[in-house]
Amino acid sequence: MSNSVSIKVHQVSKKFGHDRDEVIALDEVSVEIRENEFFTLLGPSGCGKTTLLRLIAGFEHPSEGDIFLNDESIAHLPPYLRPVNTVFQNYALFPHMTVSENIGFGLSMQDKPPTEIDATVSEMLRLVQMEALRDRRTDQISGGQQQRVALARALAPHPRVLLLDEPLSALDYKLRKGMQIELKRLQMETGITFIFVTHDQEEALTMSDRIAVMNKGRILQVGSPNDIYDHPSERFVADFIGDTNFLSAELVESTSESSLLKLASGKTASAGPSGSTLRSMVNIAIRPEQAILTSDEASAEFSGTVTNVLYSGTDSVFHIELKSGEEFIAKVQNSGDTRRDWKTGQALGINIQPGAIQILRD
Amino acid sequence: MISRGIASKPFSVRKLPGFTFIAILCFALLYAPIVTLVGYSFNAGNSLAVWEGFSLQWYYAAWQNDKVQGAAILSVIIALQASLYATILATMAALGTTRTRNFRGQTAIYTMINQPLMVPEIVTAVALLICFAVIKQATDYHGLVYLVIAHTAFCIPFAYLPIRARLEGMDKSLEIAAADLYATPWRCFRRVTLPLLWPGILAGAMLAFVISLDDVVITEFVKSAGQDTLPTYMLGQLRRVITPEINAISTALLAISVLMVSLVFLLNRKKS
Amino acid sequence: MSQNTSPLSIQEQLARQQETKTNWLLCTPALIVLFLAASGPLLVMLFYSFLTPGDYGGVEYQLSFDGWMNVFLFRDIFDDVLSIADAHVAIFWRSIRLSLMTTITCLILGFPTAYFIATRPRQSRNFWLFLITIPFWTNLLIRTFAIMEVIRNKGIVNNLLIDLDLIQQPIQMLYTDFAIMLGMTYVYLPLMILPLYASMEKLDFGLIEAGYDLYATRIRVLRKVIIPLIKPGIIAGSILVFIPSLGAFVTPRVLGGGKNLMLGNLIELQFGQGRNWPLGAALSITLLFIVMAALLLYVKNVQKSGVQHD
Repeated sequence: MSNSVSIKVHQVSKKFGHDRDEVIALDEVSVEIRENEFFTLLGPSGCGKTTLLRLIAGFEHPSEGDIFLNDESIAHLPPYLRPVNTVFQNYALFPHMTVSENIGFGLSMQDKPPTEIDATVSEMLRLVQMEALRDRRTDQISGGQQQRVALARALAPHPRVLLLDEPLSALDYKLRKGMQIELKRLQMETGITFIFVTHDQEEALTMSDRIAVMNKGRILQVGSPNDIYDHPSERFVADFIGDTNFLSAELVESTSESSLLKLASGKTASAGPSGSTLRSMVNIAIRPEQAILTSDEASAEFSGTVTNVLYSGTDSVFHIELKSGEEFIAKVQNSGDTRRDWKTGQALGINIQPGAIQILRD
Repeated sequence: MISRGIASKPFSVRKLPGFTFIAILCFALLYAPIVTLVGYSFNAGNSLAVWEGFSLQWYYAAWQNDKVQGAAILSVIIALQASLYATILATMAALGTTRTRNFRGQTAIYTMINQPLMVPEIVTAVALLICFAVIKQATDYHGLVYLVIAHTAFCIPFAYLPIRARLEGMDKSLEIAAADLYATPWRCFRRVTLPLLWPGILAGAMLAFVISLDDVVITEFVKSAGQDTLPTYMLGQLRRVITPEINAISTALLAISVLMVSLVFLLNRKKS
Repeated sequence: MSQNTSPLSIQEQLARQQETKTNWLLCTPALIVLFLAASGPLLVMLFYSFLTPGDYGGVEYQLSFDGWMNVFLFRDIFDDVLSIADAHVAIFWRSIRLSLMTTITCLILGFPTAYFIATRPRQSRNFWLFLITIPFWTNLLIRTFAIMEVIRNKGIVNNLLIDLDLIQQPIQMLYTDFAIMLGMTYVYLPLMILPLYASMEKLDFGLIEAGYDLYATRIRVLRKVIIPLIKPGIIAGSILVFIPSLGAFVTPRVLGGGKNLMLGNLIELQFGQGRNWPLGAALSITLLFIVMAALLLYVKNVQKSGVQHD
């Protein structure tokens, strides 16, 4: 993976409607997407992720700001002049053309010679394993097959960037899992930059090189799946991806590498850098699986009483009421050596794995 | 009370007493006169009410009648031209008014396009008579153009409706996809929009053709001497003794209409 | 957050203007033809209604209100006394009366028919609808001829009645008001059935079941549940039949035989034997206004029911 920038979005805003009905879909968004990267825009519906994708594709134009492709401004080019292709959510396959005509459409619009079109179409059909169905009409093939044709059609002109607008959302669970692997393989094989839009956090975590989490028209955090999961920068990110305990603590000491917290229990604990926060009371996030339960109540970082126990095969989930009154959820793996037979009403202590306390920006 | 209700026919929520009877009667009434008209076109005698055996003589007579021939040819010439022009204009107008952001003047355009459907034909007919009389006098030109332009105008809404309906049902993402795949607006229209719109255009053209072919009132008031179409010829025959020849001509016209409308019906059904 | 006052970028505003311009350009050819052969002539006719009739048809370019006055009034040639034009009033009254009767007859016949179609299984509904559409699209003149041939004195109906010894002499049906009404009912019936069907198709039969469940009899379900629910269809159908009936020309001419005139024939007369173009123009515009008033009623009704459905 090279580090040169493919798509650069610079302070882009997009507003729909005007005056009182104005809706701000994107609010001064800036992001850089690298060459050959599998980049995901993740967020709830209405967060602006699809709008950002449509701006890159050229179906909409930014109200403010600019978009660059390899340092060239493309924000005001029509879609047919951008070397960028899209896989649509509903596939948008041409119903009056066969599978191979669909795949060859982009090349024929670029006035490529017929022999080259034929060769590329065959190559694409092989790539998505659809050789047998090349002369079928697109309404005669299944949803999964339509998905493959849509992919092949968008890849055939060898775009510099491929945009994917929730392409897997119409497929059932099993097909979706298969296509996730398939998409990752295609991205590796073609070396094309993929920008993938989804609201499914699991999908984003498995497939992406980097993820941008979006909400209300803004990008909240950009980072690797690992980064995003382990070090969420703010409450929304921590909440949207995985389960999290939110607690408050007092910031005692803060350097650029680490910080020291005074917990509600009076104990101290170390955490990652506190970022720009200057307040003394901060919110912290702790993943349920980062808790280590112990009977040694007195020396533990937190202590509380078990209110509920949920058994789910591989792990058990404990609901604990802390001394401070806050609720804490701990998830413990059910391997043989861990003691896990705490009952409702029992008192216990909770330790947090080193570095697992994340200070939130808000 | 309760047992009597159960003893009679099973109760159906959907049925209302006498409705089916009236409905069947209604269908019979709709078709009986037409069937009679068609039937007597094959009559061997010259009566419209007494059956004297099967014969195609009235079709032969109509075929041999110079006036009928001339009127038929003129009808088809006008209908072909009017439906062609109306379809082209209606297609353009449908593209300009469908699937677009609301724009200033849109309502005015709708009103103009649908005017021939709203204004009674006799009103338009005499208005055209007045205008064209002035022009005819000023230019001394009495050609077919008057009829063609008048027919084109009232055919526009009939062609417009199915084209617009088809266009509204068309997924705009297909055209967006074409633009994404390097199709310029014109190529996108030719390769994607037009082929997908084609059934609607065909349906519109056929409806326009039928409407032009069947028109009496406007043609009657706009035509110059010697420009009879089949319907105005038939209207003129009213003053004479009516023979099954009229039925033969009517049957031929009916056949064309039924054929066209059936095709339109099939075109629309295939879509859904 | 920046407090930028411009809601849309200039680029986007330009694109919007461009789109509006393209839309207008696409519509212009159709609008030109429609102006030349539909809207424009109406304006010219309005102008003509204020001119003086020429001796042999046509007009003299001299301002006159006689055309409009003659719509309802009559000036005696000898003593200049104005009186109500009885003939015109009678024709207006006949037009309205026959149109109303036609509308009611169509409703009585069309309601059960539309209900019948709406209660068929989904696949066969299209077939029954098709049977209604076919006459709608076939030549109005031919359908009127068909009626004429059937009810003539020597027509199949009279022949049948005589053969059955029910009557001795043929009944004069042709060239009567009855014939006109029968003909108009026949030709405009599909215009009643189609909108009625459209609203019945959307009818939720669960509501009818609820009606029966709550002890309503069939008549009461019809009156209290079905009719109120499909009222928009009833109004639409009635207006769609009433308007063309009022402006009918071919049907009264063929079936009324020149004696029983309706408005359309009265207008034609002014451009033929009557040679009074300004009066003809004024009568046309009067007819147009009545039709527009009825249409306005229709549009209002559609808007109202549209709001209810949303």
